[in-house]
Amino acid sequence: MATQHSRSAARMMLAPAVILLLGWMLVPLIMTLLFSFKRYLPLRGGDLGWTGFDNYVRFVTSSAFWPSVQATLVIVLGTLLITVVFGVLLGILLNQPMWGQGVVRILVIAPFFVMPTVTALVWKNMFMDPVNGLFAHLWKFFGAAPVEWISDASLFSIVLIVSWQWLPFATLILLTAIQSLDGEQLEASEMDGAPVLKRFYYIILPHLGRAITIVILIETIFLLSIFAEIFVTTGGAFGSRTLTYLIFQRVLESQNVGLGSAGGVYAIILANIVAIFLMRIVGKNLDA
Amino acid sequence: MGRITLEKVTKSFGEVNVIPPLDLEINDGEFVVFVGPSGCGKSTLLRLIAGLEDVTSGAISIDGTDATGLAPAQRGLAMVFQSYALYPHMSVRKNIAFPMKMAKIPEDEQKRRIDAAAKALNLTDYLDRRPGQLSGGQRQRVAIGRAIVREPQAFLFDEPLSNLDAALRVGMRLEIMELHERLATTMIYVTHDQVEAMTMADKIVVLRAGHIEQVGSPLDLYHSPRNEFVAGFIGSPKMNLIKGEAAQSHNAATIGVRPEHIAVSTTEGLWQGTISVSEHLGSDTFLHVHEHGLGDEPLTVRVGGEIPVKHGDRIWMTPDQERMHRFDKNGLRM
Repeated sequence: MATQHSRSAARMMLAPAVILLLGWMLVPLIMTLLFSFKRYLPLRGGDLGWTGFDNYVRFVTSSAFWPSVQATLVIVLGTLLITVVFGVLLGILLNQPMWGQGVVRILVIAPFFVMPTVTALVWKNMFMDPVNGLFAHLWKFFGAAPVEWISDASLFSIVLIVSWQWLPFATLILLTAIQSLDGEQLEASEMDGAPVLKRFYYIILPHLGRAITIVILIETIFLLSIFAEIFVTTGGAFGSRTLTYLIFQRVLESQNVGLGSAGGVYAIILANIVAIFLMRIVGKNLDA
Repeated sequence: MGRITLEKVTKSFGEVNVIPPLDLEINDGEFVVFVGPSGCGKSTLLRLIAGLEDVTSGAISIDGTDATGLAPAQRGLAMVFQSYALYPHMSVRKNIAFPMKMAKIPEDEQKRRIDAAAKALNLTDYLDRRPGQLSGGQRQRVAIGRAIVREPQAFLFDEPLSNLDAALRVGMRLEIMELHERLATTMIYVTHDQVEAMTMADKIVVLRAGHIEQVGSPLDLYHSPRNEFVAGFIGSPKMNLIKGEAAQSHNAATIGVRPEHIAVSTTEGLWQGTISVSEHLGSDTFLHVHEHGLGDEPLTVRVGGEIPVKHGDRIWMTPDQERMHRFDKNGLRM
């Protein structure tokens, strides 16, 4: 009886949190779905009634759609590539015993605590500014013409900024994974005649497989929705408009809630497709 | 051929000197056991031979060639680790094949050696499994298989049985001994278990704090331990070491009597004491005797078969004078 009693008590106590979370998620979701089937222009007549799938068709057929998908993919994949590769290398580096290890580790993690808006502003103004930026000075020092990062290499700049922000996260997860590697395994492979690079390829990398999938999964979910970094730097110009940014523009700049909501539904579907794929990979990895 | 010679080898970790100058000769085909209490440097010594640690000074030669500066892989030695150190993401087959793959041995030769090793170690049915799906004993055999296929000049074992349960340990012990008989390759085996040392070794090296206390065959060590430490370490149960008057009457600082060399009687004898605990094993009975007037340590006595005594009984004990060990005040054998 006691367990049944405590079980129902537990349910009662969980209920507020569950209801709150469900409400938080379900209300916006249902509203988005509703708006996506409506012609809704807040400053131009408000709710103009149902339109069926018009918004969905218009969103996909707009000339801005495919470029935005491409920009999203470039940013997500580029950032993933940089953070995973450098995360593994930094993780291995930080795992070496060295003087001041604790301080160095905290410093490496620091960028993760900086707000995205601040990160983007710092990079835009301190590093990438074509007149006063550090990069501009560096280029000039070597006699080259400063690069106009934000306009000439907009996607690359954003990938760079976002990577700087997410590298600590990848490093942290991968470092803990490296620390859990059994030292005797490395010694055994050394005895077995594997030189450094082969030890990395045959022992360390497979050991990190699971951690890398988790990094990719979590980062993808967050990277699909990056916004501040684009808003602050390019404002969606120079081909840096992602799907998220396109939705923002449709809703707030064009004041077309219906069209934006349809975009939002596409984004939900896209995120779920990615999530299903990643869950499968993770699941496979976790079984092994 | 696996002749290993250590000349004045030392090892320090920073300020701490783990191995003072040490000389050791290991002959081809010998089964050598390094034994000693925890932290005596036996594993470090093995790792120095393996090349996983660099010697601070001195020289190691394998088969007459200087191996002091060689990388572990170039020394032609194979090691079995305490944790087995199998590669968890590879199948048993790939685990065993790994050293051959690194040595770029042709595929068909690899396959031949894997099959031979698997057959010898009863692993044929498990070749496609992952280490995680195997029992402790099977993992141990995979680790040995991975060592065998390299056809090394010597095998190094670092406490390989300490993660197994008691029954499996005895079985694996026999398997390793059979393996040694069959391959006749030099084997160096590290353990803190003196039963393993006694049963397996051709030659035992007893270590304490990096020093070699004695080198000899198991029975050498049993019959004539060079000092008190070896006397107390080799043999189970431990030798009784008695100081004081009883020792002085034999002109020694300490006398040692093994539990099996004390005769027990309920009526007469040299020493008298009270039984605190009697352990009945069926084949033997171990008596722990207090209040014997020979010091604070309880005496351990082994009686063959069963003896009808219990806690609190007074018994008489007579040591076998012929098999008594005498040590001087520095603990050395007299």
